[in-house]
Amino acid sequence: MEALSPTMEEGKVLSWQKQEGDRVNDGDILAEVETDKAVMELQARGAGVLRKIFAPEGSTIEVGRIVAVIAEPDEDIDALIADAGDGKQQAPKTRAAKKGAPAAAPAPTPEGGAEPAAPTKPADRFKASPLARRMATERGLDIGRVQGSGPGGRIVARDLEEAPAAATPLPVGGYEDVELSQMRKAIAKRLVQSLGPVPHFFLTTEVDMDWAADARDELNAHEDGVRISFNDIILKVTAAALRQHPECNAWWQDGTVRYFNEVHLSVAVAVDDGLITPVIRNAHLKSLRDIAVESRALAEKARERKLMPEEYTGGTFSVSNLGMFDIDQFTGVINPPEAGLLAIGSITEKPVIDDGELMIGKRLRITMSCDHRVIDGATGARFLQTVRQMLENPLAIVY
Amino acid sequence: MPTITYRDALNQALREEMERDPDVFLMGEEVGVYQGAYKVSRGLLEAFGERRVVDTPIAENGFAGVGVGAAMVGLRPVIEFMTWNFALLAIDQVVNSAAKLLYMSGGQITMPIVFRGPGGAALQLAAQHSQAFESWYAHIPGLKVVAPATPHDAKGLLKSAIRDDNPVVFLEGEMLYNTKGEVPDEEYVVPLGKADVKRDGSDVTIICHSKTVGVAHKAAEQLAAELDVDAEVVDLRTIRPLDVSAIVRSVQKTHRCVIVEEGWPFCGVGAQVVDDIQREAFDALDAPVLRVTSADVPMPYNKVLERAAKPSPDDVIAAVKKVTYLDGN
Amino acid sequence: MAQPIREMHLDPARAEFYRDLMRQMLLVRRFEEKAGEAYAQGKIGGFCHLYIGQEAVAVGALAALRDDDYVFASYRSHAHIILRGTSPGTVMAELFGRVDGCSMGKGGSMHLFDMERNFLGGHGIVGAHLPLAAGAAFAAKYRETNQVAVCFFGEAAVNIGAFHETLNMAALWELPVVFVCENNRYGMGTALERAAAVWDVYRRACSYNMAEEIADGMDVLAVYEATTRAVERAREEQAPTLIEARTYRYMGHSMADPIHGHYRTKEELEEQKQKDPIVQLQARLAADEIMNDEEFAAMDRRAMEEVEDAVAFADESPDPEPDALFTDVYRD
Repeated sequence: MEALSPTMEEGKVLSWQKQEGDRVNDGDILAEVETDKAVMELQARGAGVLRKIFAPEGSTIEVGRIVAVIAEPDEDIDALIADAGDGKQQAPKTRAAKKGAPAAAPAPTPEGGAEPAAPTKPADRFKASPLARRMATERGLDIGRVQGSGPGGRIVARDLEEAPAAATPLPVGGYEDVELSQMRKAIAKRLVQSLGPVPHFFLTTEVDMDWAADARDELNAHEDGVRISFNDIILKVTAAALRQHPECNAWWQDGTVRYFNEVHLSVAVAVDDGLITPVIRNAHLKSLRDIAVESRALAEKARERKLMPEEYTGGTFSVSNLGMFDIDQFTGVINPPEAGLLAIGSITEKPVIDDGELMIGKRLRITMSCDHRVIDGATGARFLQTVRQMLENPLAIVY
Repeated sequence: MPTITYRDALNQALREEMERDPDVFLMGEEVGVYQGAYKVSRGLLEAFGERRVVDTPIAENGFAGVGVGAAMVGLRPVIEFMTWNFALLAIDQVVNSAAKLLYMSGGQITMPIVFRGPGGAALQLAAQHSQAFESWYAHIPGLKVVAPATPHDAKGLLKSAIRDDNPVVFLEGEMLYNTKGEVPDEEYVVPLGKADVKRDGSDVTIICHSKTVGVAHKAAEQLAAELDVDAEVVDLRTIRPLDVSAIVRSVQKTHRCVIVEEGWPFCGVGAQVVDDIQREAFDALDAPVLRVTSADVPMPYNKVLERAAKPSPDDVIAAVKKVTYLDGN
Repeated sequence: MAQPIREMHLDPARAEFYRDLMRQMLLVRRFEEKAGEAYAQGKIGGFCHLYIGQEAVAVGALAALRDDDYVFASYRSHAHIILRGTSPGTVMAELFGRVDGCSMGKGGSMHLFDMERNFLGGHGIVGAHLPLAAGAAFAAKYRETNQVAVCFFGEAAVNIGAFHETLNMAALWELPVVFVCENNRYGMGTALERAAAVWDVYRRACSYNMAEEIADGMDVLAVYEATTRAVERAREEQAPTLIEARTYRYMGHSMADPIHGHYRTKEELEEQKQKDPIVQLQARLAADEIMNDEEFAAMDRRAMEEVEDAVAFADESPDPEPDALFTDVYRD
């Protein structure tokens, strides 16, 4: 099983596109695999005959395990079969199997690359001390599941010593165990990494959306088919405000804070099974129209589970909007290592006093979540103030 | 067991070896009539006469070369440099002659010579008189390099050095001469090339030699008392040949390592030790190996600046906290 | 010290001795010519400093020594080691870097050693071997062996600190050592007059209250006589001597250097060759009827044959085994 997303630890085989006995070429789609983020295609990394499938449809396979074997029709693959049965996570390097390649591993090169290279080991993508890696191997622990406490999240020996979690006692009464989907697992993992270790605090402001509403109506009067949503305006404003407040456009990186010059907005999108945050890259450089088009496209892809890993990683700040659910106001959970998030409620009409006159006004409540290690109260407040001014004042956005 | 100074331990070693072997003689500035600039050779002139305790002019390159020439034909000279700072004038003889004659003569010339004297910083002697040269000499194939920390080791190692058939650079600690320790009455030698675990520990290895053994010790005691960190102190004693197996054994036990030396950081002894550790004990490491060295500057005269330039127990503790992940990062 | 006026006639009773000096000069002359040839053929690498023109110094000086005396020389020492009795084949093999070389192929042209014959190098750093020779003399005195150490070096070495330090200690400690300065007039390409404030090297001895000798380095007998006096002084009186032997090198500083050019003229070279030590001795031997032309030609032929044999021996000797790389770094 290849790692098909940066955080993928296992994948669920949804369907096989090739069957045992089929001839396959390098690059052919072998199967559809559900990762923690999306449904991805598993490609053949070598040519030959799909001799054996180890992972039936519906099964979940750890990254690094053999899912199938591609080999020449007469090639001896017994050793590979035996290794797959052992649950070895590495591509076998036995001489008997020197021509056979695990399906998801690079094929041997004709020039004499005699042995298949090992498939990507998930552990390689985690920072861990050599000792921690060795301990994990010895104890059969998946080091990728361990939270590192060293500099930059390095997994060190003590993290493994504390790793095995105690069993939680079951509650009394009726219950139903529901198997976690890959996405639910990823969400769970990410979010416990957040509220626990990340010292959140929250700032709320109320924004006069009258101008934004007028502007939106005018823009949407153009007949070019692109509809601008309030959320698009908020994204545009957030990006512009972050350029003025780079101290909020940052990652907490244990030991360092990385401040970004570019704004990559993570936009939370609700999907059937949870949520995902596709990223609008360089949002500060994009027009409102481009943002509208792109956010629409990304949301679409997210709902179809077709997002590529590079489309949902690398954000510098998040925006989460629950306005469509008539939520007036809420607090969001920061998406680490980002240091801030705007939670957008719904726009409501309420009585307001303007120039001594009672009027009906459109109001929006925005709540900012801040990682206090990066952003202090006043810092966050100043940023939020800019967001509000930009939404209320048509000139501020281009100022 | 009698407690004597490092200085007297060296004196005993010289005296015993000169009694033992008539080919051993001592040569250097002020070694005879003056009784030694640091009194290491006190009484030897009276005991062995001018033939074997030879006062020299201030001519380091010259008398080092005289020693090499005498060793070429079978004597066993002990050449004292008043300090290793002055030995820079003789480095041609140490490096180009003593270290290489065996090899470039195709194995014909044996070089049983000891170059010895105090090294490292003392107190407020400023840049030209305060430097640790271990790594300079340890760089040279053909030389053995020894730097003892205790009276016991100083005596046992000097005796071994004098008996060794190879050129030995023997760096004494100028600040160690007055330190005291137990030295047995009976004859003993300490073999060259063997490190010594001066304090057992399980959490971190502190590798040191010469004066920094004391620094490491202080750090280890404080770490135990304040942070419950149990440090193992490994005294290299001999820098070349380096006791890699002792280093690896300790690191495999503790998984973390800090190296403390008085030399400068660039290409220092610790750099070599780190290299050995990463090759021989890579999988045992739970943290990068850190080094504590003198500041990368010529030694200043001012007392405050001088203190800041030298490796201190606090520096060692800070490094240990880092490798044990107790520094909050 | 002033040079005594030479007897015009050779002593017929010492005919064999004179012939032997001639034989030795021819041998090392032919050896060096062959070495130059082999260098040009690529059989010898690195630096290769030839002795052609200076033969009278080493032959004359070494003839004054006992077999157990110690000899030190610089990087221009092919002749000296051969004259101590090391076979030319062994020396040529060393120049070729072969395992049968006197330093097992690991020293090369600049690092020739033969401990059996007390030839103690072969040193590549100008002046650095002077204190070594004093050290050997120190050891001889220490052990009361009555041995003498003789150290050959060029005139450029007298400007280095080791020269001063060593002569001072040798005189101070009354060491049985003879310093033979082979003044060939050029330190590489720098004339003595351009490098030293005092142009008479022998006069430097007075700085150390040391005995001095000045000898015509193109006259083997003059060098022999001066060295004989110095060796006797060392052996009997434990007093060192500085000998200046004025000579001339025909080749460049090393095989990699020009024979003449910016630093000296072809005319000067040709003029010096008129005083060739071999030609001079040959003339005297002929004049005093100690050796005729045929005998000389036969002796020269034998020298050439011996050198041919040396090359053949060196050619056949293998390279050192690969593991020789790591042997003799330390004595176990």
